Amino acid sequence: MAVTETIGHATLDGLAYVGGLARLAGRAAHSVCIAPFRGKHLRVQRAVHQAMAVGVEALPIISLITFFVGTILALQSAYELRQFGALQYVASAVAISMTRELGPLMTAIVVIGRSGSAFAAEIGTMKVSEEIDALETMALDPVRFLVAPKFLAMILMMPCLTTWADFMGVLGGSVFGVSNAGFTFGSYIRATLDALLLRDITTGLIKSVMFGLVITAVGCQEGFLTGAGSEEVGRSTTSAVVKSIFLVIMVDLIFTALFYFTAPAS
Amino acid sequence: MSEANATRPMISVRDLRVNYGEREILHGISFEVLASETMVILGGSGSGKSTLLRTLVGLEKPSGGEVRVCGKNLSTLSEAEWEDLRKKMGISFQGGALFGAMTVGENVALPLREHTPLEESTIEIMIRLKLEQVGLAGFEDYLPSELSGGMKKRAAVARALAMDPEILFFDEPSAGLDPIIAAGIDNLILKLKKAFRMTIVVVTHELSSAFLIADRMILIDKGNIVAIGTPAELQASPHPRVRQFLDRVPEPEVSEELDYLQMLTEGLHGRRNA
Repeated sequence: MAVTETIGHATLDGLAYVGGLARLAGRAAHSVCIAPFRGKHLRVQRAVHQAMAVGVEALPIISLITFFVGTILALQSAYELRQFGALQYVASAVAISMTRELGPLMTAIVVIGRSGSAFAAEIGTMKVSEEIDALETMALDPVRFLVAPKFLAMILMMPCLTTWADFMGVLGGSVFGVSNAGFTFGSYIRATLDALLLRDITTGLIKSVMFGLVITAVGCQEGFLTGAGSEEVGRSTTSAVVKSIFLVIMVDLIFTALFYFTAPAS
Repeated sequence: MSEANATRPMISVRDLRVNYGEREILHGISFEVLASETMVILGGSGSGKSTLLRTLVGLEKPSGGEVRVCGKNLSTLSEAEWEDLRKKMGISFQGGALFGAMTVGENVALPLREHTPLEESTIEIMIRLKLEQVGLAGFEDYLPSELSGGMKKRAAVARALAMDPEILFFDEPSAGLDPIIAAGIDNLILKLKKAFRMTIVVVTHELSSAFLIADRMILIDKGNIVAIGTPAELQASPHPRVRQFLDRVPEPEVSEELDYLQMLTEGLHGRRNA
């Protein structure tokens, strides 16, 4: 009895949390899409600033990580493929797993670590120092003021970062392809392009946008849920990272399943 | 301001109750703040005075009773009415609550840029004017982190003044400041009071500052008003809690066994009722 009760409560809490995320995203969407037509200008400058922090400044680390992931993928798939003498498929294995899965996912993980946590810390600190209250009492909606630019920046930058991550992954794979699988750089890239369908790339990009929404919503929500005291900021930052990673994986699973079952069987 | 205005209540609170979750913080309090009056809300830590302030500015929702600010019932306001009302209120928060990523000037300009169609050049002048009023002329390009505690408070007041509010709220204006700087803040409040005949509500536990700036004051204890009146009336009050607060008598140790028993069981009753 107690066990089912606990599970029930946990489920309800989980659903309520996701509901909160959706509400936050909805309010941000309202600020971005509807409020500007009612004389409340969007903070474009803040969004650009955020996009720099979320996207451009993340490029070096994402490049490095996805380059290595590409190489690792090539090594791992070659381990299996060489038993069948099919090393020439390394290029397509890397290309498809990068674009469909690991490009968006690795980008999301890096962005969670860099930006999701930063969102929670920023809003959490503002909550603790009464800056959120100050915004409200100045008739400035914190969602419009703080959250909407973050959503906007994230929705724009996640697909860009992911595209770049896909590309770096392929480059990483080519290191192995050229050195061990008998490709030239040109032929590796050509094999990659032959293996890829547009669908592979778009499904990855759709996922990346969804990840961006999840990361922003969780980061901001955790910030707003910060209690009193500076130690609470640390707690919400940690919580933002853990919950974001979990929810990103959940969303990944849902969308991967969706894409699998809706894909035309070839 | 006309004579009729001077007696019009800017804030009227009737039987206000505020809960944090299950716990009731304010147990039905009533008072009025008249136009261009300086009302000081006194109380110890945990008395509910900050909750009262937060309710008056709309950061907490009343769970019972009625709050009217500028004649508007806070519980029934639409989003748009709230926005209008908020533009008439300026709040100086305890820690200043300046936005750390913006300069002092940008902080002061923020409500103007967001809510008014003023030209940038006019806003520049307004910034200088407001900062000059609080004695911070020339500090517009500093970041809040580069200011001392007292200067932050002054900058926060400048921001609260930006929209020329009708009511100015202060949360613990002298908390965490040395006596000299705190006296400077008191002077600033007195100056604003004289110069603009603004309605001012100050929440504090600093007796000296309270008696200096107040037209009338309220003493709140455990979520109830124990006394309300002019500083002289409060000074003369025989009410034991007022005397204890004004004479700085520490809370007595639990002496009576019955009281002690009651203290231990109080929570139980509360929980059973809830």
